[in-house]
Parts: sequence; structure tokens; C-alpha cells
Amino acid sequence: MNAPLPDPEALIAILSDKLRDRVDEQTGIIGIRTGGVWVAERLRTALGVTPPLGTIDVSFYRDDYSKVGLHPGVKPSGIPFSVENRNILLVDDVLFTGRTTRAAINEIFDYGRPGRVWLAALVDRGGRQLPYAADAVGITLSVPDDQSIELLRSDSGQLSLSIQPRRR
Amino acid sequence: MSTNPQLTSEGKLRHLLTIEGLPREVLLRILDIAESFVSVTDREVKKVPLLRGKSVFNLFFEPSTRTRTTFEIAAKRLSADVINLNVAASSQSKGESLLDTIANLSAMHADMFIVRHNQSGAAHLIAKHVQPNVHVINAGDGRHAHPTQGLLDMFTIRHYKRDFQGLKVAIVGDVLHSRVARSDINALTTLGVAEVRVIGPRTLIPNNVEKMGVRVFHDMANGLHDTDVIIMLRLQNERMNGALLPSAQEFFKYYGLTQEKLAYAKPDAIVMHPGPMNRGVEIDSSVADGTQSVILPQVTFGIAVRMAVMSLLAGGGAE
Repeated sequence: MNAPLPDPEALIAILSDKLRDRVDEQTGIIGIRTGGVWVAERLRTALGVTPPLGTIDVSFYRDDYSKVGLHPGVKPSGIPFSVENRNILLVDDVLFTGRTTRAAINEIFDYGRPGRVWLAALVDRGGRQLPYAADAVGITLSVPDDQSIELLRSDSGQLSLSIQPRRR
Repeated sequence: MSTNPQLTSEGKLRHLLTIEGLPREVLLRILDIAESFVSVTDREVKKVPLLRGKSVFNLFFEPSTRTRTTFEIAAKRLSADVINLNVAASSQSKGESLLDTIANLSAMHADMFIVRHNQSGAAHLIAKHVQPNVHVINAGDGRHAHPTQGLLDMFTIRHYKRDFQGLKVAIVGDVLHSRVARSDINALTTLGVAEVRVIGPRTLIPNNVEKMGVRVFHDMANGLHDTDVIIMLRLQNERMNGALLPSAQEFFKYYGLTQEKLAYAKPDAIVMHPGPMNRGVEIDSSVADGTQSVILPQVTFGIAVRMAVMSLLAGGGAE
């Protein structure tokens, strides 16, 4: 990929326009650690809603645990609202194989039975291995299988996208 | 290359047999993972699927309620199948050797053994003879080690004191017979607290314990002075009337933790005990149930810490 990568802030603006009709004060917004949490924080501001955010670390639900072990740097998950019957907006930075989405949805169900779950992703890079689709994306990019696209955050809080060779 | 039998050649934790020799990063990693498991207990479904399909054998050659139960809860919260074996009452009394018992249980496709034994080194012996994909956790062996108790004590200390640096920690009572004391001393010195003290009568302090990096005190006033953490040890009943101690009353008078003696420590010092407590022997009820006591939180944290150890061992397949 030689074209410059899009500015995440512009993608968040696109995403919030697409979500504006669905999200209100009753919606439970949950970010998937780490990048999804940053996007969720920005979305909440852009959408002008106030409820606290939930954060999910999918390490305990990953399907590669028996192969690669526990993910280093696992952090606690926390959902500060009742999931039961609530509309949930699940936010991730990059949608790829769908395995993280699956793990996150499995974890959400261990907090309760949500009314419905929407999925929002900043970037859909294709390459799905499971039948998941986002309800809203900032941009769809075609990224080769041997590369990974990551959302980064600088010390000053600035978001940027970066493409690197895939690890493992 | 590591020669520690607990670690793989890549430095990954394979068994947990003792805290001695484990790098600081490994200890901190376990405490960090445990932090994430604490929040699992607040949820509607208090389980995660990590050990789904795995069989964990609780092998207790020595009686225990708290440790066995918390290991069982921890394994179940990780979705493992748990088999409890009270071995003292079964094959061992029929003369089967320890390794034959293990071989038979391995043939039943055990993935993990939690072992408590009154002989020091029992868990090491088992770890040496299991298949590469089988993991062993020492749940207390003789006077040697009780690593998960040591880790849950460290978790408790970090929870209340935020950091290990600068802390003065006193371990009080029957240090000589205590595997908890050994594991705590190893963990505290590895994590770099300012000072570890042991306090007790000469007959219950091991010779050369200073070599483990501790200061020895024989009186509570000096020993507890300015401490942040007090770990009381259980005085085992069978020691009380032997040659080592005149009586339980005498022990309580000099070393039992009362409100008066607790006042020697810092005002915000926490009081810990691995249980089961002898009230009125090593600890006064007013202290055990007082505002500085964190004895029951220790039990709760023990579940998260044991979940962390099991999930760290069982993940990632065999080397």
C-alpha cells in the first residue's frame, strides 16, 4: 500500500455520522482493548452522549489460547452498566478475521443477555474467517494478508494508523 | 538457558513448585493476570472458557479445606473439570507408590495436578515424571514451599500498599515449620521490599535464616516497630506441648498479636494470616476481626491468584 493512510479523526467523524440515529443515552458503548477503547472514547464525545464506557479485554476468550498461551499484558474488563436487554454498541479499531469480535460477544454474554449488539469498526480490512459484519465502518481498506494495520496513540493522545508486516 | 525445573528453555512457566529462583517478572506477571481475574467474580457468569475440556486433579495427601476449595473454585471458574482425590484415604493406604498413583491418573488424561504432601519435594518428584503437556502446582509440600499462598500474600500486599518498594514486612511465629514463611520470604525479597523481618522464639526460628535476606527479632516491640505489613503464622497444635514451647498461653503472652502489640506497627499496617487461625494463641480475636485485618480478603484473592497460575501454565501447549 503506497497511498497515505487515512486520518483516524476523519474516520471517527464518518463513523459517528453513521451511528447518530442509533445511539442515545441508554446505549451501552463497549470498546475492545486497546484501540477499540480509544475509538469508543472519541465516538462518545462526537455523539454527545454521557454514560460511562465499558471496556473488554478478550484475552480470556481468545480461541488461540491453547496454541499461544495467555496474551501478555491482559487487563481487567469492566462494564459499568447492566447489559441485560440493553442496546450495545461494540467498538473495535480494526475488523479482520472476526475472531476478536466473536470473543468479545461471548464475553458480553457472560455479563447478561443484551437486547441487541451493533458492531462499529474504524477500519474494515477484509480477510474474515467467521461470518461477522460491522453495522458501521469508517473505511474499508484492502490490506494484504501478510501485513497488519494498527491504530496507535501518541503520548499527547493523537491517533494514527500504521501498516506493518504481521507478527507470528 | 534455565536450569529451573519450573521453566521451559524459553523461560515460560511450566510448573509452579516454589517461588525460590523465579524471576521478578514472572511473579509480577502472575499478580497482573490475577488482577484481571478479580473482576470476573463481579459478573453474572463467573466463568471464563480458558481451561474448557481440561482435567485438573486435586491431589491432597494431607488434609486441607481452604487451599483445596480455592483451587477447586479457581479451576471451575476457568471451566476445567475438577477431580478431587483424598489420597490419604485411598490407594496410598493400600501401599501404592506416589509415582504409580500419578501414572494411573495420567492414564486418565490429567492435564494438571495440584499436589499437597507432607513430604518436602513431593511436587518436584511428580513434575519430573509427568508428560511434557502435564503441569504440576505445589499446594504445599512439607516445610518446603507453598507458592500460591506466597503469591496471594503478595497480591494482598500490593492491593493494599500499591507497591512493594519501601515496605517493612514482619513474619511472626513458627517460622521453623512454616512453608508459608519460606514462600513469603522468597517472594518478598525477589519483589524488593525494603525489609523482611522474622519474629519468634529462638526455638521456632530456623538457624541461618538470615541467609534468606531477613532480620531476626525475638521480641514483638522491636520487631513490629514501624512495619507496614504483619504476616502471622499458624502455630500448629502439635508443637504447643512439645519441647519447643512451654504452652499456648505463654506463646500468646509474648508473640500473640494483640491490639497493644499491633500499636508498635505503623497505624495503617495490615494484618495477614494464611489460616486456619488459632484465636488466642497467635492472634487475638479483636485483631483478627479488627479494621486492620485483611485475612478474609486474602482468601478471596487466593481464587484469582490460583486462576492466574493455572491459566499461565496451561496455555500455549507443550514445548
